Amino acid sequence: MDNQRRDALKAGGGLGVFGLLAAAGLIKPEMAFAAWNKDAFDAKTMDAALAAIGAGKPADSADVQITAPDIAENGAVVPVGVVSNIANTEYVAIMIEKNPAMLAASFTIPAGTLADVQTRVKMGQTSDVFAVVKAGGKFYVAKKEVKVTLGGCGG
Amino acid sequence: MSMNRREFLQVLAVAAAGGMTLHSDFARAAQGAEKLYDLPPFGNVSLLHMTDCHAQLLPIYFREPNVNLGVGSMLGKAPHLVGELLLKHFGIAPGSIEAHAFSYLDFSAAARTYGKVGGFAHLATLVKRMKASRPGALLLDGGDTWQGSGTALWTNAQDMVDACKLLGVDVMTLHWESTYGAERVKEVEENDFAGHIDIVAQNVKTTDFEDPVFKPYVIRNINGVPVAIVGQAFPYTPIANPRWQTPDWSFGIRDDEMQQAVDAARAEGAQVVVVLSHNGMDVDLKMASRVTGIDAIFGGHTHDGMPAPTVVQNPGGKTLVTNAGSNGKFLGVMDFDVRDGKVVDFRYKLVPVFANLLPADAEMSAFIDKVRAPFLEKLAEPLALSEGLLYRRGNFNGSWDQLIVDALIAEMDAEIAFSPGFRWGTTILPGDTITMEHLLDQTAITYPWTTLTEMSGEMIKTVLEDVADNLFNPDPYYQQGGDMVRVGGLQYSFDPNAAMGKRVDNMTLKGRRIEPGKTYKVAGWAPVSEEARDSGPAVWDVVAGYLRSQKVVRQITPNMPQLVGMEGNPGMV
Repeated sequence: MDNQRRDALKAGGGLGVFGLLAAAGLIKPEMAFAAWNKDAFDAKTMDAALAAIGAGKPADSADVQITAPDIAENGAVVPVGVVSNIANTEYVAIMIEKNPAMLAASFTIPAGTLADVQTRVKMGQTSDVFAVVKAGGKFYVAKKEVKVTLGGCGG
Repeated sequence: MSMNRREFLQVLAVAAAGGMTLHSDFARAAQGAEKLYDLPPFGNVSLLHMTDCHAQLLPIYFREPNVNLGVGSMLGKAPHLVGELLLKHFGIAPGSIEAHAFSYLDFSAAARTYGKVGGFAHLATLVKRMKASRPGALLLDGGDTWQGSGTALWTNAQDMVDACKLLGVDVMTLHWESTYGAERVKEVEENDFAGHIDIVAQNVKTTDFEDPVFKPYVIRNINGVPVAIVGQAFPYTPIANPRWQTPDWSFGIRDDEMQQAVDAARAEGAQVVVVLSHNGMDVDLKMASRVTGIDAIFGGHTHDGMPAPTVVQNPGGKTLVTNAGSNGKFLGVMDFDVRDGKVVDFRYKLVPVFANLLPADAEMSAFIDKVRAPFLEKLAEPLALSEGLLYRRGNFNGSWDQLIVDALIAEMDAEIAFSPGFRWGTTILPGDTITMEHLLDQTAITYPWTTLTEMSGEMIKTVLEDVADNLFNPDPYYQQGGDMVRVGGLQYSFDPNAAMGKRVDNMTLKGRRIEPGKTYKVAGWAPVSEEARDSGPAVWDVVAGYLRSQKVVRQITPNMPQLVGMEGNPGMV
């Protein structure tokens, strides 16, 4: 088993991932706020959230892949990943339709970077999860249903 | 000890002679036993498969379901066939010993005729016999082995760990094992199993960095052929069972990683790749259609005793999907003919383990006696006489669960009771005495606490709808593989084909409609949330108290929902 990441983080002590990366000079604290889009994060409907990021009505794309569990093990921390195979992907957003605020995360992808992002999102109930991708000035979307259940009763 | 064919037939003859006082059908069955157990060897790679024995060390009765509905693309296909339709589909003669093994038909009478099934001492005899005729054969265990009996619970699964080593299990995967806690599983893997049994599970990863928790697969050489066994643990363990028992493990189906594991095993030289799976059969069938390069998936979890594999086409070729029943009732025997680096032909049989036809293995018998000795008095306590048949398995209430919810309502002064849709649990024949051991067969889990909750009518519907979708979602990947939650007190109508949230309707309590805003006293057990630990007395204590006061349990008619749109479904009689 490869425990290098774990050991590296342990060596980082109490700094946590963000602190460690910041300490290593990989990201500057202000970068985390550079792309903050208040309207988008406050949006209460999918249309409003899409409008706030300028996506309008994005086209469905099979080149955008969402990795997420079919049934969430813990609605409080659902791992969601997005890979965009569309050339010149510059932006990736993750939206949860049934959440009180739709936009869960957005990522700015620097030119020449593989568009492969992962995060954890909170989900209160079963919902479609949307990955919205901007590439070459156009928007694309893919979705996957993630079920959030009460649990129990398994055979 | 291994047995050659002649010795085996001799012990069969002795067993048959011992059965002379039984029903004449049994005598006929004994004569037919040579056919049942004398499988001619085939090919050069053999794998034996057991699954979901649920810690049943001794022979038991187990009634197969008369309700096992399939919806959507699963309608009318294996495993969603019951009774005569199942027999017809698999070409099994009605009234035969196989018909009794694979179906619920005429269960009580046939069970009296043919006797109990399973039991590790009898299974051991069959395993030795198969290994003797199939040199190099491996024994695979699909999991749900450590849970389901009083002795497994009280020994912290040690009885089953030792029994499996003695039985000669080579490779296993997991589900209920995890309810003993992550530390216990790793302790067994690293100590008891070291050098004996490999635990494989490609789909169990750490929650933080997704590092593998177990080996994804092992490669074993069988008669010069490298054979990979890839593990697939139950994908929804932290949802169906308490997450706090494995807080650092993440599961899931993980098709992509399954494909990677299969490809890696092939790249390592495996000429045969099989998956030892606890997905449940519908999930296995879908996985077989998407992942390529698997020769066979040996499945469990859904307790479907399937006499023949389902052959699934996928872009890479064909994959066989089997499911080997439960409670030690069957042993799957797969023979592959491997030539020029690939499987060219196969033979498969799911062999029923009839305790009266397979003599007990002496070594295993001695072990079982020893491990049970400290608990015999407690296990043997008679609780009540059962006038009717008590069984659990089926999509909706069985009579055993009806008894449990009746007991919860009476003992806890509740209006409604829920009991989980577990598929394990042995069967009691009419006129037999219910002992503490039988009650524990239905209830022995590591989170047995009862709960009494004030629940709104709206919440009750939410609970029913949530479980219903886990059973009847048209996409198997969104199912969890249990049966519908068992309900006492409450009547309802149920449309399995409806969309999520719209299957349950017409909920009534004693003839009155359930009101969404009103609260009701609801009893239950097996809570999965950590906050509910020690919420109330263990369910077996509550039900035992009820049975002792009843003394006699009358014939029970299970509370069935009024089903909508299921006319003519081959999964129901």
